[in-house]
Amino acid sequence: MSVPEVPLSDATGAPAGAPVLQLRGVTKSYDGKDVLKGIDLSVGEHEAVVLIGASGSGKSTVLRCIDLLEEIDDGDIFLDGQPITVPGLDPVPIRRRLGLVFQAYNLFPHMRVLDNVILGAVRGQRMDPAQARTAGLALLDRFGLADRARDYPDKLSGGQQQRVAIARAMLTRPRALLLDEVTSALDPELIGEVLSLIRELKAEGMTMVLATHEMSFANDVADLVCFLEDGRIVEQGPPEQIFSAPREAATQRFLARLLRREDPDQPLVRG
Amino acid sequence: MSTPYTLTTRADRAQARRRRRRRQVAISGISTVVLLGGLTARILTASGWPVFRRTFLSAYWFGKSIGGIASAFWLDVRLFMVIELAVLLMALLIALIRTFEVPLLFPVRLLASVYVDVMRGVPTILLVYLIGFGIPTLNLKGLPTSLTLLGGIALAMCYSAYVSEVFRAGLMSVHPSQGAAALALGLTPGQALRHVIVPQATRRVLPPLLNDFIALQKDVALISILGPQEAFRVAQIFQDQAFNFTPLIAAGLCYLCVTIPLTRFVDRMQWRAIRDRGSALALGPR
Ligand SMILES: Nc1ncnc2c1ncn2[C@@H]1O[C@H](COP(=O)(O)OP(=O)(O)OP(=O)(O)O)[C@@H](O)[C@H]1O
Ligand SMILES: [Mg+2]
Repeated sequence: MSVPEVPLSDATGAPAGAPVLQLRGVTKSYDGKDVLKGIDLSVGEHEAVVLIGASGSGKSTVLRCIDLLEEIDDGDIFLDGQPITVPGLDPVPIRRRLGLVFQAYNLFPHMRVLDNVILGAVRGQRMDPAQARTAGLALLDRFGLADRARDYPDKLSGGQQQRVAIARAMLTRPRALLLDEVTSALDPELIGEVLSLIRELKAEGMTMVLATHEMSFANDVADLVCFLEDGRIVEQGPPEQIFSAPREAATQRFLARLLRREDPDQPLVRG
Repeated sequence: MSTPYTLTTRADRAQARRRRRRRQVAISGISTVVLLGGLTARILTASGWPVFRRTFLSAYWFGKSIGGIASAFWLDVRLFMVIELAVLLMALLIALIRTFEVPLLFPVRLLASVYVDVMRGVPTILLVYLIGFGIPTLNLKGLPTSLTLLGGIALAMCYSAYVSEVFRAGLMSVHPSQGAAALALGLTPGQALRHVIVPQATRRVLPPLLNDFIALQKDVALISILGPQEAFRVAQIFQDQAFNFTPLIAAGLCYLCVTIPLTRFVDRMQWRAIRDRGSALALGPR
């Protein structure tokens, strides 16, 4: 059960130039209801791919399927060129190579902040606990939370909890970070601290897939924006194109609705 | 008159509060004295009181029996601790089997449901007889024959059924997203249970769990019907010799010495649980 401790790209034995993550024709249904209807997506090294779309369009499901928390019905998902959705494959070692951050943080309320952060490293990766604590403290320090390491999560603000959740997913240096609407449960004044942290991670070259409702943030951080509607990627492209010159009518409608909600006087599409 | 706006001052209000408080204390004090005093007076002046006192509260028989009963009570305490440990393990296992659907375990899960239903539905005393006297009758090799052990097994079977339901409620109260977060961190399902789900479930059901401990602590006396010389049995032997019920009272005091501190402890826990939940609501994410 040994897992490469720091699976860096050059150490994976992946075919050169293969995307970190690739989805091909992924479908998923819940009790007969099709939620994903054939998702094709490719995430390259150091890339940030942002999923946008209305509530219920399937953004979270895509992320949960990538992290193998849901079993897909059809299609394939590749991590570093290797298929990870082969029936019978143990999902546990694969999940260790990915980090997932949830909308509602999902910190463990019975553990102190530092214990939350190191649990995956100590139990999953069998890292030496003392070493994990040192690494965990260093990461918390970087995220401005060193003084909260011994607190229980419910003593922290929402923004702090979400930063702890990101630290928890980051400690094992995942190949890619999956972030599911990490700011939508936060008060407006707390969103900034989490977004700036993600920008930093992006600048350092972290590969990530994000679902978000924050369009200006998506515009900022994304290399590729995918607009989902009803379980399909209707349109994808660089943020400049998606946000200023969306080709599909559905994308235009979605963005228009969003912008009108934010500011009724804005033109339909920025730019 | 200083300001025309405020008719009552802060001091006025404080004084009114103090007055109200004094009145409440007086009322509860007087009512307690009247109620308890009246009751005591009625009992003490009842025509049968001297007989009652002789048969239930005899200082002579108390002194004569308490030593033997108290030392026999040590067996109760040991029995209680061993049985409780067995109950916890069995109950957790049953609860896990019943809560988490593993297709392979379907027959086991069915069995566990039947077990819990039957064990909870049957009077405990029947189970003690059945296991205690029934098993030796079978004359099977390898089965225990010690009546104390068999009585303990009967109680463990009965209580594990109750406690498993307590655990199950706890397990189901942990939100599925906690399990998902544990799996996403790369824990195996077993590790997720052990480090994330079971600890939270147990914490939540601690008060009802301790409640069942207390009930079990008393029910250890049921083993006496099989013959082992635990406190209640010894008290009964004294009672037969003396034609006096005081030894039973003495045994009752022994049980109280353990259950009352335990009950107080449970109440404190319960209170703390409420307080913690309150503070979590106040400080947690909206
Ligand atoms: N466990 C489940 N069982 C049944 N249906 C589900 C389940 N999870 C998601 N769905 C359905 O799948 C669809 C897509 O859900 P998903 O959570 O992926 O949407 P989303 O794009 O993340 O929405 P939001 O922006 O509200 O988070 C929804 O219609 C939802 O009702
Ligand atoms: Mg979602």
